[in-house]
Amino acid sequence: MMKRNRLKFTIISILVGLLVGAFILLAVGFNPLEAYTIMIRGIFGKPKYISWTIIRSTPLILTGISVAFAFRTGLFNIGAEGQFIIGALVATLVGYFWNLPPVIHAIVAILMACLAAAIWAGLAGFLKAKFGVNEVITTIMLNWIALYLSNAIVFWDKFKRPNSEASQKILETASIRLPKGINFLGDFFRAPVNWGFIIAILVAILIRHILKNTTLGYQLRAVGFNSDAAEYGGIDVKKNIVISMAIAGALSGLAGAVHVLGVTEEVSVLAAMEGNGFDGIAVSLIAANSSIGCIFAGLLFGGLKYGGYKIQPAMGAPSEIISIVIGIIVFFISMPKLIEMLTTLRARRKRGGEIESK
Amino acid sequence: MKNVDFQTKVIEMKGITKKFGDFVANDSIDLTVHKGEIHALLGENGAGKTTLMNVLYGLYLPTEGNISINGERIEIKNPNIAIEKGIGMVHQHFMLIDKFTVVENIILGMETTIKKGSFDTKCIDIESATREVEELSKKYGLHVDSNAKIHDISVGMQQRVEILKALYRGADILILDEPTAVLTPQEVEELIQIMGSLTEQGKTIIIITHKLKEIKQAADYCTIIRRGKRIDTVKVNDVTEEDLAEMMVGRQVSFAVDKKEMNRGEVVLDIDNIVVKDNRKLNAVKGLSLQLHKGEILGIAGVDGNGQSEFLEGLTGLRPIESGKIILNGENIANTTPRNIMEKGMCNIPEDRQKRGLILDFSIAENMILENYDKEPFSKSGRLNHENIEEHAKKLIEKFDVRPRNEKQAAGSLSGGNQQKVIISREITNDPDVLIAAQPTRGLDVGAIEFVHKYLVEQRDNEKAVLLVSFELDEILNLSDRIAVIYNGKIVDILDRKDADEKKLGYLMAGGGVDDEKKQA
Repeated sequence: MMKRNRLKFTIISILVGLLVGAFILLAVGFNPLEAYTIMIRGIFGKPKYISWTIIRSTPLILTGISVAFAFRTGLFNIGAEGQFIIGALVATLVGYFWNLPPVIHAIVAILMACLAAAIWAGLAGFLKAKFGVNEVITTIMLNWIALYLSNAIVFWDKFKRPNSEASQKILETASIRLPKGINFLGDFFRAPVNWGFIIAILVAILIRHILKNTTLGYQLRAVGFNSDAAEYGGIDVKKNIVISMAIAGALSGLAGAVHVLGVTEEVSVLAAMEGNGFDGIAVSLIAANSSIGCIFAGLLFGGLKYGGYKIQPAMGAPSEIISIVIGIIVFFISMPKLIEMLTTLRARRKRGGEIESK
Repeated sequence: MKNVDFQTKVIEMKGITKKFGDFVANDSIDLTVHKGEIHALLGENGAGKTTLMNVLYGLYLPTEGNISINGERIEIKNPNIAIEKGIGMVHQHFMLIDKFTVVENIILGMETTIKKGSFDTKCIDIESATREVEELSKKYGLHVDSNAKIHDISVGMQQRVEILKALYRGADILILDEPTAVLTPQEVEELIQIMGSLTEQGKTIIIITHKLKEIKQAADYCTIIRRGKRIDTVKVNDVTEEDLAEMMVGRQVSFAVDKKEMNRGEVVLDIDNIVVKDNRKLNAVKGLSLQLHKGEILGIAGVDGNGQSEFLEGLTGLRPIESGKIILNGENIANTTPRNIMEKGMCNIPEDRQKRGLILDFSIAENMILENYDKEPFSKSGRLNHENIEEHAKKLIEKFDVRPRNEKQAAGSLSGGNQQKVIISREITNDPDVLIAAQPTRGLDVGAIEFVHKYLVEQRDNEKAVLLVSFELDEILNLSDRIAVIYNGKIVDILDRKDADEKKLGYLMAGGGVDDEKKQA
């Protein structure tokens, strides 16, 4: 019953968001109906658009799961962005410098990226467990460190591609793209279709399984809900904080890896953060921290972004307006849940009041 | 009786029914309260007392029925309407801001401002607010320290602040939800006096409670609620505690604890001169020594704040031991992990069941494996076996009569008594050599207390050791074979049960055995 209500609520929120977005478009003199038609056509108009939507959504799904996982265990992972950057960087390094047979090369690159990002995030977990430093602060700072570390390494002359602002491309063997020349479903495979989406779905199922069916998941949830009681029950709270952050980091690192190995094949010098990790926070909110829900929330978010930005060239609407409209839609979807979640987190931290006679 | 005005019905609730889904929390309850009376609502945990009062205070809308305040029929849609009509509620868990002072808490939301300083800045008029609060506190005998911060004052004083908060908002009818659950015996006495002086000045009080002794001492009338239905409203002077208990639980209740002759065995737990620090890094336990034998219940009596909490946390591995030894079954367990201590045979019914004992968002079944989730049959190579977990929970729910009988229900939705049953069932199933029971019956009703006591005695009769820490002297006297008195972080004396009485213990608890200055003060 609860779940159906939630779904109903989410759909209403999306509609309200679109409606308010429409008013904004109207206010600056654009026909919202036309804009939304362009957006929807931009997502579903051609098979290629659909595959692009999926490709764009894949990293968001994974960073969404990363944030959701941390939240389920009582941590707020704002560092998905930095972990994504580290994952992308390490995947590119391994993809370019190491010589390994196909498939194995890709798998090794992915695993190394996950490991590096896990250590990156685990550091924030360690600081929280050992010295009680709030993970929100450390992960935000680590985001900046990751950004500039990545830029510094891209500028390394053995790694930088001459006459460009990016690194060398990864070797063919490390790619996770589907082979070119599949002529099936129209131009669906004209886009850089890759295994990333399948990996994301498998990971969503795996995370759900870990949380629900394993002793590790039990420990992590126990620490997340009530660390005092978990400690009393003999669970090592500090260890679990580190593990939880490390897993969340690995998930964001995976997002970075599949993005590099499947789409960009390189890392660029970044002037600012791209937002793959921050969007993950919104995805996790929309999905109410369910890892399976992150698949759908990620697709929705990726679709809005991909389709939304087609409005600009077609209608001449400034891209800022499109960003505002997307922002409003996300705002309406996540608002009630954000409030709900913050209150439960607070209640958990302060320990829930007794609910008598229910 | 005092100046109860039987002509004026301040509250008239008629046929109140409140349903949550299929569950009927209140089933056509009538309640009439006259001006100036203290009316007790008596019922077991989960009987529907709090629900009824939440309806009166506007937190819930009734499914059926109507309410009249001072003869005027009104619909109380939200607490603001209730406050406007002069109803004030003091919740069991206080709603105070720790870092604010007493006065700041009282005026919160109703601050008056004045312009001050050379820039005419708008400021809260703390001085006149303080004056008002002090007047109120003098008028009703509610002593508070107006400028102290909430986290520095005792629980008893926090409660007085809550009462003042209601009075400051012009309450004529006060609802007190389990007001004595968190108080020491002395504070309970004070509260009863305060209630007396409030009613003398025309206030009306409804107290929600399941403590019979306090009803007899304080209340004029008592309405008994059982499983959502009103059983009766009685004049307190006409009935005995036994009558009230029987009406409340629906059967005869025995207050006396049935115990076999003690069969005291060897020492199982030897605590040797331990020192434990509190959160402020001051020594709270100052060289405490104690020996616990198999087959006995050792009660630790003492006033709250004499190091009991720190002692228990140190004992169970939740707080470091600065010095000293704890020998359990021949092995020093001081400063080892809670898990190790449990595995060596010492389990704990924690003092604060919602903080330490339970994960409120977890189901009953998940809570019942909190200490054993990683052992067979509940899990195997890291994988939980939901079937066995649920089976285990069903068995315990049946055996320990946890209500509702649904292992998937979240622990947070259970009443206090049932939450305690979940914890006790879990700890006893571990079959510990030493069972620590800290405030095991705090906030529980008669039926649940009887249940808890039965299982503690059963442990002892099975030649296990029980360490009972309680602020309830009656409980200590009823259950213990030996009684140790804790004062200022030390055990000041250990008496055999037959040598102990309330007077002697009270003297020791107040520091009488240690220094006579303290006693006089």
